[in-house]
Amino acid sequence: MFQNLDLAKLLFGRLTLQAIPYHEPILIATFAVVALGGLTVLGAMTYFRLWGPFWRDWVTTVDHKRIGIMYCVLGLVMLLRGFADALMMRSQQAVAFGDNAGWLPPHHYDQIFTAHGVIMIFFVAMPLVTGLMNFAVPLQIGARDVAFPFLNNFSFWMTAAGAVLLMASLFIGEFARTGWLAYPPLSGADYSPGVGVDYFIWSLQIAGVGTTLSGINLVATIVKMRAPGLTMMKLPVFTWTSLCTNVLIVASFPVLTAVLCLLALDRYVGTNFFTNDLGGNPMMYFNLIWIWGHPEVYILILPAFGIFSEIVSTFSGKRLFGYASMVYATVVITILSYLVWLHHFFTMGSGATVNSFFGITTMIISIPTGAKIFNWLFTMYRGRIRFELPMMWTIAFMITFVIGGMTGVLLAVPPADFILHNSLFLVAHFHNVIIGGVLFGMFAGINFWFPKAFGFRLDPFWGKMSFWFWVSGFYVAFMPLYLLGLMGVTRRANRFDDPSLQIWFVIAAFGALLILIGILSTIVQFVVSVRRREALADTTGDPWHGRTLEWSTASPPPAYNFAFTPVIHDHDAWSDMKTRGYERPMEGFRPIHMPRNTGVGAILSGLSVALGFALVWYIWWLAAASFVAILAVAIWHTFNYDREYYVPVDEVARQEAERTRLLAAA
Amino acid sequence: MANAMQARADGPTFYVREEEHGHNATMLGFWIYLMSDCLIFAVLFATYGVLGRNYAAGPSGVDLFDLKLVALNTSMLLLSSITYGFAMLEMARDRMRATLGWLAVTGLFGVAFVGLELYEFSHLIHEGATPQRSAFLSSFFALVGTHGLHVSFGILWLVTLMVQVGRRGLVEANRRRLMCLSLFWHFLDVVWIGVFTFVYLMGVIR
Repeated sequence: MFQNLDLAKLLFGRLTLQAIPYHEPILIATFAVVALGGLTVLGAMTYFRLWGPFWRDWVTTVDHKRIGIMYCVLGLVMLLRGFADALMMRSQQAVAFGDNAGWLPPHHYDQIFTAHGVIMIFFVAMPLVTGLMNFAVPLQIGARDVAFPFLNNFSFWMTAAGAVLLMASLFIGEFARTGWLAYPPLSGADYSPGVGVDYFIWSLQIAGVGTTLSGINLVATIVKMRAPGLTMMKLPVFTWTSLCTNVLIVASFPVLTAVLCLLALDRYVGTNFFTNDLGGNPMMYFNLIWIWGHPEVYILILPAFGIFSEIVSTFSGKRLFGYASMVYATVVITILSYLVWLHHFFTMGSGATVNSFFGITTMIISIPTGAKIFNWLFTMYRGRIRFELPMMWTIAFMITFVIGGMTGVLLAVPPADFILHNSLFLVAHFHNVIIGGVLFGMFAGINFWFPKAFGFRLDPFWGKMSFWFWVSGFYVAFMPLYLLGLMGVTRRANRFDDPSLQIWFVIAAFGALLILIGILSTIVQFVVSVRRREALADTTGDPWHGRTLEWSTASPPPAYNFAFTPVIHDHDAWSDMKTRGYERPMEGFRPIHMPRNTGVGAILSGLSVALGFALVWYIWWLAAASFVAILAVAIWHTFNYDREYYVPVDEVARQEAERTRLLAAA
Repeated sequence: MANAMQARADGPTFYVREEEHGHNATMLGFWIYLMSDCLIFAVLFATYGVLGRNYAAGPSGVDLFDLKLVALNTSMLLLSSITYGFAMLEMARDRMRATLGWLAVTGLFGVAFVGLELYEFSHLIHEGATPQRSAFLSSFFALVGTHGLHVSFGILWLVTLMVQVGRRGLVEANRRRLMCLSLFWHFLDVVWIGVFTFVYLMGVIR
């Protein structure tokens, strides 16, 4: 009997049957839905014989466009999970007053708000941002792919691996109950002995590898792979903001990696970095995590700024107002984002001098950001504005983001922050900028580039439904939180005593329901668009009268993007080509050098999931085995020198002839 | 659309007929990677800077560090950098055997470095100066250990590359790889100078 126990421990670490939450009806129901949905997808794929194409065209692809699309799909799927968490929180807070404890016990509620934050930042916003950059940047700079195509595939699969590990925590064990940044000493071994924080650490570490590598990749791509004539000050603004974002990624994610390693050492080895005794210093963690965390905010918002810039200029039919100031504003924001991290813990007690410094640097950021808003407004001024979906999202962003920016400046005042710190005012503020800025930006970008990616537009009616429900839902859900925060209500509580507060939480919950309709409309929009793809088809490759290079190719673009590398003479290269009588080359094609597909990225990612899972559950043999396997596969991969091939001339000619036929039909 | 694209004989060129070459971004990409790695070390240095004097009534650097051993250790790593340089010079002369020879010497110096470091660690742990003893020792082991792990991966990479050079010779891809490892190896050397100064030399003062 005793020996059996030891064997079980050896084989499964601390993983036991108790870790499966079969006694929690909510989780059982969730699992049933997820399993049913999963089985349906798997069954459908088998029935329609899609496994082969799925493996060949998607899993192993090194094509930046397909990888970008996969990132977006990952982000949208995870949005559903993250939003389910949000709905649970809003419904709990709407009813849990006085004697009513609501339906989510603290143990569960704390996991939900932690998972909500982690998922929304790392597995919704980041994949969407990275996806759109991956898709659009190489097209905008006239390149055939990114600088390191295999690395790109590997990065995506590592991000997906992190998401898989995090999702596993829903049904095997539990997630962290610490809040999304897992502050010690709460997240240390003493106060969080379970597996929750370990799931947090390893899913972020695995996804972080992907993010860092994709940052390196895109910086190298933008610096090295630009088409002839495309000097830095002619780059499309989205590419500029992507460059700055990826510089920020490279310069901040290693800090996250390091600080999570230290936390892991505290938990696994028993070191004393962030403990309360033996010389440890928990505030070190606060500083380090926010040295990553604040740049992270700008990693998310800068690409959104870039998307809005492209859209405002395209749908106003004008060149962007103040291009140079836009670029400088972006660069200034990039630099300043490193000088403000302490405003996340003014109440730490650094003293008036330090707090003043960080308060002032924080307020200074609003200057370049304000300059951007004015640039967009002046671009619209006297423009011929077309109120298509991307433009609608952009206008909603401008209004919403200005409100969020102003409450941000308010929070940047240290004395005010002492009152508002950790209140729902803060929660309202960052949702205001992240939903109103990043998420609106992603929806704008998806509606904008979808026809480029798939050759047909997204359905405008359901798009507008989604737009109006999202925007109105956002205001109804979050404006009450500003009020509650000013009244002193703190975040992360799962029950309140004062019944006079309840009405505001009920309004906020109603707002969440409006957003739910918005999300459902988005899903319907995708379904309807696919069904109506003939009617919504775009054969020109340029459905919006675009201005940048990505609109000069076919929709969807061929794998090689451009049959001939374009030469750039001016800003808004495609607009310039159209006005100066560009003639599309019809002959003289050459074989095109392209990278080969490979499954190594997906294999390494699968092994990383095994490694992460083993580390979470102390299954040491599996951890060792998967680590050795990762090394072995990685080394084996370097012995493959045959990674590129030529697209034959006939194939290029065939694809270009097809494009010619479609153009003639348009 | 088609109208907008009407031919204009004397217009500017909007595309290049010839296939573009020389877009190799590997070196830049590897440099950026090294800088991101450098940030990991920066965090560990900063942690050591903040926690490095929190002895928790345990041993301090004065009690623990054996500068003679560290001097020997340091010389191993510095010599390995020189021999890697010789390997690169031989690569430039297209001499594969000599390149491989110097790489092997480099690897042996690297193994000696890691071996000495492991000896130091085991000695410290044996004396009760474990990573769990105090924040000073936690940050010491994290910083020095991370460097040692990097060198160990460097050795693994070096062996892999030696096999690949032996199989395929000094082809373009292998030259590029050797160049990347060279950057990596010298980078670790530079980091070690920081560790040596900041941790060991400054640790034995007072």
